[in-house]
Amino acid sequence: MACPLLAASTLSTWVIVVAFIAAALLIGLMLVSAIFSVWLERKVAGRIQDRLGPTRVGGKFGWLQTLADGVKLLAKEDFIPAVADQMLFRVGPYIALVGSFMGFLALPFGVGVVAMEMNIAVFFMLAAMSSEVFGIILIGYGSGSKWSLFGGMREAAQMVSYEIPMALCVIVPVIVAGTMNLHTIALQQTGGIWNWYIFHDPFTFAAFWTYFTCAMASCKRAPFDLAEAESELVAGFHTEYSGFRWLVIFMAEYGSMVAVSGIANVMFLGGWSLGIPVELAESLKFDFLSFTAFGRDLNLGLILGNVINVVVFIFKCWFLVFIMMWVRWTLPRLRIDQVMMTCLKYLVPIACVLLVGVSLWQLLLPAAVATILSWVIFGLSMAGLAWFAWTLKTFASAKPGDAMAGMWRMTDVPGYQGAKQPT
Amino acid sequence: MTVGIHEYLCLGALLFVCGVVCMASKRNAIGVLIGVELVLNGANVNLVAFARYNPIFEVEGWIFALMVIVLAAGEAAVALAIVLNFYNNHMTVDVDTAEELKG
Amino acid sequence: MEAFLFYLIAGVTGLCAIATVVTQNIVRSATWLLFTLAGVSAIFFLLGADVVGATQLMVYVGGTLVLVVFGVMLTAQGPFITMKTSSAEWAVSATVGLILLAVLAMGIFTLGPTRLSRPDVPSPSAADKDNHPRLAQIREGLAKKALAEEKLISETKQTANLNSQPGSAPASAVIGEALLGVPAGPPHIEGVGATARPVRATYLLPFEIVSVHLLVVLIGAAYLARAKRRRGASS
Repeated sequence: MACPLLAASTLSTWVIVVAFIAAALLIGLMLVSAIFSVWLERKVAGRIQDRLGPTRVGGKFGWLQTLADGVKLLAKEDFIPAVADQMLFRVGPYIALVGSFMGFLALPFGVGVVAMEMNIAVFFMLAAMSSEVFGIILIGYGSGSKWSLFGGMREAAQMVSYEIPMALCVIVPVIVAGTMNLHTIALQQTGGIWNWYIFHDPFTFAAFWTYFTCAMASCKRAPFDLAEAESELVAGFHTEYSGFRWLVIFMAEYGSMVAVSGIANVMFLGGWSLGIPVELAESLKFDFLSFTAFGRDLNLGLILGNVINVVVFIFKCWFLVFIMMWVRWTLPRLRIDQVMMTCLKYLVPIACVLLVGVSLWQLLLPAAVATILSWVIFGLSMAGLAWFAWTLKTFASAKPGDAMAGMWRMTDVPGYQGAKQPT
Repeated sequence: MTVGIHEYLCLGALLFVCGVVCMASKRNAIGVLIGVELVLNGANVNLVAFARYNPIFEVEGWIFALMVIVLAAGEAAVALAIVLNFYNNHMTVDVDTAEELKG
Repeated sequence: MEAFLFYLIAGVTGLCAIATVVTQNIVRSATWLLFTLAGVSAIFFLLGADVVGATQLMVYVGGTLVLVVFGVMLTAQGPFITMKTSSAEWAVSATVGLILLAVLAMGIFTLGPTRLSRPDVPSPSAADKDNHPRLAQIREGLAKKALAEEKLISETKQTANLNSQPGSAPASAVIGEALLGVPAGPPHIEGVGATARPVRATYLLPFEIVSVHLLVVLIGAAYLARAKRRRGASS
């Protein structure tokens, strides 16, 4: 699947076929991700709100709920309001979808498994995904509805602002790696979880969290989903949509969630690396597994290792998407002025400090000190993770009928007289 | 069939002309701004084409194009600020109403 | 293949540019402009200038165009405003545009390949000489000068071991270094005759000027667009 599409020397029929296969695979991945994410979202939301979520359609866990939703949406009347601008209303969702899909072109899923290997892959991804916002604005404006217009304007202000800290945070690991080629960056991080750039120095560690916050905002996920704030704007920019176009809007949203998670994954979390000190695609490449097909030397071990890599990569992305859902259903929504303040007064300065800090770290710090400090950061994060997991475990082990651990109990307050009985 | 530099220059010329006509014919101030963007894009196409086809300009062309893009962004920001100011004073963005300085 | 892609993208881009001009509704016009800009960025990718293409996508599509539509939303009295241009104005501007296009196209095709593209420097043909003696003379001189420059450049490249062959160095790195003041690209000839020497350009000064310019724009735009009470507004 590795095809340097724009290298003029290799442009041939074979490359065109491979390009179409790659595009089909990427669209398939986007679809499957969206279907899985919608199901996961409903399940996660249910669990966090002490419900079960979907349980009926397609077996015990409601596996087929999303497909049922999709069929329902396809069968729905595709309604265009009379006052809407017909062309803008029609074209908006597709612009958003294309913007979100183009991000996948440069994303590496395994060793050499990248649709279009570029020198400036990460810049390209950010640029492509920034064009998604225009689709959203057109949706908001073209609907001819007050709520949609407000949603679209909020979205425009929010996404244009959050792009700045997001790009600055992405530059932090780029400075460490010395390249913007995502494939190279991922290859640099293979060989052990301690090689991941998130543990490289304090600045990349902080940059990951800042980036993830900005990414959530740029995907208009709660707590930054002001563009579709139900309590104020009915459904925000997509108020007037139904049926297939609504489905396309949501495809775009979940697609861009996976894409920004992919960037976070490659830049900070080792890409397709499992965290073990071997590179699967390389170490499984035994000689006796080699064969020749389609006029090329192939290796069964290499292919198997790459398939594992791709699966690992996709599951890591989905894990980050899961964290976005977790945050969405846990935190309350911010106000629009708070959203803008968070970006311009806090995240932009933080990102600038991180950028300067990592530059100085790379230039000034002796290698030995840097290595020791990176191990300290690694140890501390692992300890923090273990503590967090342990805390979660004690929460879950409260006996039925008990109050949940950490719950604030009225009876402990001195001077508590007991609840007033209705008389 | 190969593409030479002339084809790229023709595309640049087309964009340029579209931009000029847009600037001349639109009455909406923002439409005029859109025309300016088209003109700058036409120039950019030329610059990048020169960078590709004339090795002497291979870095210059790119850097000039980048500078043009950045300056266009700045120009759009200032122009929109002026348009907003104009709108605040005249309640319209029709450029034909800006005639107070006419003798 | 490249030709096919070029004609496809260029055709779509040109049509979208024309649609930008013809459309009366300003937001639709901006949408056509979006397609035009995306097409131009595709042209940049086709030309191998991926940094410029990505910057175009990010700054124009993600920034400038959003700003433009934002401006439309802030200044629209009713939904979907249209300001009609009279047909007389249309006729005049279309005529002027077509004439301008014809002049430009003539200029492009009469300029000849000598100064446009270095790789195929032709020797002045006999027919040219007959038609325009003066032009042929100039062309001959230019071709001679070009050949001399090329020789000087290739010599310099050999001595300085330059990394300016396309594909041999990541171009984004070259551009980044150039903006930071590292001499980049092939040398240019400065001076004439015996004093001619190759000079390589640096771009730190333009970079700084653009940065200061952006700062000025930031302050200026914020000052111009600051919140003011409308004239005649009661509250």
